[in-house]
Amino acid sequence: MPHKILSRRAFLRTSAGLAGATALGTLPMAARAAGKLTVGFIYVGAKDDYGYNQSHAEGAAAVKKIPGVTVVEEEKVPETVDVTKTMESMINFDGATLLFPTSFGYFDPFILGLAPKYKDVRFEHCGGLWTPKDPKNVGSYFGYIDMAVYLNGVCAGHATKSKKIGFVAAKPIPQVLENINCFLLGARSVDPTITCQVIFTGEWSMPVKEAEATNALCDAGCDVITAHVDGPKVVMQTAAGRGAFICGYHADQSALAPEKYLTGAEWNWPKVYTGFVEEVLAGKEIPNFVRGGFKEGFVKMSPLGSANSDAARKQFEDVKAKIMTGDFVVFKGPLKDNKGNTVIPAGVSQPETDVALEKMNYLVEGVVGTTS
Amino acid sequence: MAEQSVTMAPGTGGRRTEWLAPLARRAEGVVLPVAALIAGFALFALFLLMLGKSPVDFYELVYKAGFGTAFSWQNTLSRAAPLLFAALCVALPARLGLVVIGGEGAIVLGGTATGALGVCLAGTPGVVGLPLMALGGALTGALWIGAVGALRHYRGVNETIASLLMAYIGIALMNFLVEGPLRDPASLNKPSTAPLPRSLQVGDIPGMDVHWGLIVALVCCVLTWVLIERTSWGFAARIAGGNVRAAQVQGLPVGRLIVGFTALGGAFAGLAGFYEVAAVQGSANASLAAGYGYTGILIAFLARQNPLAIIPVAILLAGFEASSGLVQRRMDLPDATILVLKAVVFVVILVSDTLYGRFRLFSPERWRTR
Repeated sequence: MPHKILSRRAFLRTSAGLAGATALGTLPMAARAAGKLTVGFIYVGAKDDYGYNQSHAEGAAAVKKIPGVTVVEEEKVPETVDVTKTMESMINFDGATLLFPTSFGYFDPFILGLAPKYKDVRFEHCGGLWTPKDPKNVGSYFGYIDMAVYLNGVCAGHATKSKKIGFVAAKPIPQVLENINCFLLGARSVDPTITCQVIFTGEWSMPVKEAEATNALCDAGCDVITAHVDGPKVVMQTAAGRGAFICGYHADQSALAPEKYLTGAEWNWPKVYTGFVEEVLAGKEIPNFVRGGFKEGFVKMSPLGSANSDAARKQFEDVKAKIMTGDFVVFKGPLKDNKGNTVIPAGVSQPETDVALEKMNYLVEGVVGTTS
Repeated sequence: MAEQSVTMAPGTGGRRTEWLAPLARRAEGVVLPVAALIAGFALFALFLLMLGKSPVDFYELVYKAGFGTAFSWQNTLSRAAPLLFAALCVALPARLGLVVIGGEGAIVLGGTATGALGVCLAGTPGVVGLPLMALGGALTGALWIGAVGALRHYRGVNETIASLLMAYIGIALMNFLVEGPLRDPASLNKPSTAPLPRSLQVGDIPGMDVHWGLIVALVCCVLTWVLIERTSWGFAARIAGGNVRAAQVQGLPVGRLIVGFTALGGAFAGLAGFYEVAAVQGSANASLAAGYGYTGILIAFLARQNPLAIIPVAILLAGFEASSGLVQRRMDLPDATILVLKAVVFVVILVSDTLYGRFRLFSPERWRTR
């Protein structure tokens, strides 16, 4: 029987090869371990919706560029047991230790329910109101985008000829009402006779209704239109197609109709998210309750479109400079709602940082529409 | 079918393969859908290859995320509970030849009723409150889908269209109630009913991360099978489903059967809503309209409207959904990928329906005489 004898040299060669292969095999693992941080982003809609979800996905894309950070993303996750399982799946299968579930409805009961089970994971939620009785590994952050919408209103006030502007809104909830009010107050800073007609579609994402609402506003004579829905693409295209000027929201929609686009209120999540992740990499804790506006880089404006007049540009820049210094207040008394009740008495002013604004339940005088 | 072959058996006896005859038809009902499922998977693999993705990786991920680990199983099972109920809402009326596709409306309204009752019953112990809430949810669903059956029988309104349109009305009604009269003023940016107190929430099955709704749904599937296959009511429903005129001539209460079966299906959908509110959401809100009712249609058709077959099919589909996230993250495929897979499987299964009775292999005669 032929018997192959293993020479010392062959033995050494083989074992060196094996060791090398083993080392190579473990390399990706080691690299992953050295990568320190896996971050999970969860969106309620499509990542390329020209709106809310896209603005967050742009933030995730910026985080991806930080060395040593792995980003995992999942889109179209409903606000049901689905999101709990997606978070757990990211923790269990991907080793994520920092999660950004970005839809408002993820907060209670899903994030608040899951956080105590995974104490080593940090849950950062957009839009929620974290209170000290909530788990310590949960945080909530949001931006004062209403100030950016006010600037939208300034441009709209200068552009409107009919003195009627329109707003396509999803639901009559505080964040949306605040934006509608800011849009009109911005326009009224130009001309106090301007009115704003609002139509609620009742859904965060319902393109057919959004198009119908936009057409109805145009039919009613509104010549500047903006929106607060998850993806304003349909509203922008429909309004521009009808010849109205448009103000963007959530993300930059200027590409959809550059000649009609005045400006837009945008989130600046790339700055916020890279800031958060760098804090975590540096071993620091993200505060549980974070809010920020223009000054902190949470929100920004789309570049001014060519349709803006010089007067509009000047007022826009002036107001923006005042907002940057932090002493510009939109909501100050005396302020009446559109039913004639005084909602902010004379002498009272509510700066952007006032948490009371996050509970807004009225439409200001001059808004045509009802909250219920 | 089984009854017929059993009664015929003594007369025709003789062949050795005689005992296979009653099994042949049943085998057809299992082999054809399974073969269609495999064909669907194969077609979808072609689709993946076209996208330049590996089907092997894909099915491996689906297995891992849906069924591969203890966490995966809990993920799958917790998604299966509402799907089982939703599928029953399709399968029950189907026995009468009715295609009801609006279970979503009953789920949403059943959930809303549960949320509203929870507010009224706050302070009562769970043993009293929970059954009342479940009853309320089920009754609401029963009324909603029962109305579809009644419209069908007494007014001749097409039940498919009616149920689908009523689902939209149901969702709109839920939104109105949750954002208006039933809204908890403290629910600022997500209008909801007041949160249920701890005592009125349904807990998890001990040792699992899955709520009790799963067990109840499984029991409901078995009971529905018994009702359809082993009671005179089920027998009457099958007759009416086969030929309404014949059933009427026989003196069967066709109207009551139709309203009863649609209402029972609606009650199951209402229960799905009850568990969504009492075990998952903790309050009624717009998240109730999560599309379970529509997935239920797919499951019922894949299961060929058999309540027992609904169980494995619902678990399989829930596993698909459980894996959709990992597929997105690992293979960089869009969320719609799993939707395409479901659609391909659905179409192939529908096409396979035309193959029944085409194969001699499954004909009882084949095994009796030649």
